[in-house]
Order: sequence, then structure tokens, then C-alpha cells
Amino acid sequence: MDYVWAFVVGGGICVIGQLLMDVFKRTPAHVTTSFVVLGALFDAFGLYDQLIEFAGAGATVPITSFGHSLLHGAMASAEDHGFIGIAMGIFELTSSGISSAILFGFIIALVFKPKG
Amino acid sequence: MATKEQQQAYAEKIKPLQPKPPYFINCLKAFVVGGFICVIGEALQKFYMTYFNFTTENVGNPTSATLILIAALLTGIGVYDKIGQFAGAGSAVPVTGFANAVTSAALEHRSEGIVLGVATNLFKIAGAVIVFGAVAAYVFGMIRYAFKILL
Repeated sequence: MDYVWAFVVGGGICVIGQLLMDVFKRTPAHVTTSFVVLGALFDAFGLYDQLIEFAGAGATVPITSFGHSLLHGAMASAEDHGFIGIAMGIFELTSSGISSAILFGFIIALVFKPKG
Repeated sequence: MATKEQQQAYAEKIKPLQPKPPYFINCLKAFVVGGFICVIGEALQKFYMTYFNFTTENVGNPTSATLILIAALLTGIGVYDKIGQFAGAGSAVPVTGFANAVTSAALEHRSEGIVLGVATNLFKIAGAVIVFGAVAAYVFGMIRYAFKILL
């Protein structure tokens, strides 16, 4: 059942993105940036954690979870260090995602030649 | 340079000539491919939780790292762009789309050298996501923390 909800919710988020692209003529870059902001906004109201609990990877794989993790790390660090903690913790949870994107992207670009 | 009114008038004029995108088919493709990527993510999460003692809190780290590695490899061999043409938002919205944006921007500028080409252009497209994410998280974090102190 976990897989079904991951599929439905994850696919549903992609459909919203596709509608933004087709109906409102937004570029993929606009869609992904809007989704990151939306993910942070949902987390600000504590809604995103409920979605993750319900849908698992269906909520953590789409880029909306990037915004959610940014805010989550910021809030966790704000507990200990106050306002300055927001800046200290903002990339805490997303560190592995960003650093692996840099590492793998760099290596792949060195190894492979551009196609088409 | 054409004025703003002229540009708008032109956009109106060519509107009936532009083909309408097949909304339903595009959404169906995005749904199936996006959902499928999330199912792979779910399987990876279960794998890391069963065999590597990750908790539900931090299992997202190895999962997204693995998905990013797969997407970067598929971009390198030129497969991810084909998936992207087929699936549209279905491949752009998951975290794999972020990896694809990073890798393809780096690959594209490979001929300009490792420092000025690959490294400089790594976040050419994906940078927008990080900028907007960080700014939004900062603003929302400030507001939420301020509320917490006041209440």
C-alpha cells in the first residue's frame, strides 16, 4: 500500500507541474522554483510532514521536499541558536542532496561527452 | 524594438495558429513517470531502512543521493533527456530533474574547460531552485520563529 500512495501522490504532484507548464505556459525552471517555495510554505504550516507520513517517497522525492527540508533544518537549528540559527541550519538536511548533485554532476561531466 | 502593445498584439494574433498541447495525454505521461520515480524512491527508502539502519527521519539522504546518482548517469549516457521529452514535468519535478539540470548544464559547457566550463556552469539552471528555496526558507523561518517567540 505504501507503494500505491507513493505512486499516486508523487504522480499527482507531477501532474500539477505539467498543468502549470501546459496551461499557464511556465518553463520547467519556473515550475521547480515555485514547487520549492510551495514546499517551504507547506512546511511553515506543518502540513508537509503529514503528507510525508501519508505518502512516503511520494512526498520526499518531488522537489517540493527540498523546500521542506530547508525550512526544517532552519527551524531545528533555530531551537538552539535563535534567529542566527535559521541561517546556520538552512542547508543542514539538504547537504547530502546538494553535495551529491555537485559530486556526481561534476564526475559525469568529466567522463561523458555531450550527446545530440 | 517593438513596443509592449505590439508584442501583445502579435502574441494575440498567433494564438489561434499555435497547436494546443494534448493536456490529458501530457498529464497522464507526467503522472505515470513521476509516480514511477517515486515508487523507485520508496523501494530505496525501504532498502536503506532495512539493511543500513536508517530511520524515517534521515532515510531521505541516501535515497535522494542514490536517485541523483542514477539520474546523473542517465543524463551522461543521454537517456534522461529522452525520458524528459516523453514525460515533461514527470521527470522535471522529482529530485532526479534537479540532478539532470546540474549534469546537463555541466556537460553542455564541457568544451570550455573543466574550471570555466564544467564547474562554472554546474548550477546554471539548478541554481534558481537553491536560491528561491533558501530565500523562501529564510523568510518563512523568520516569520515562524518570530511567532513562536511572541506566542
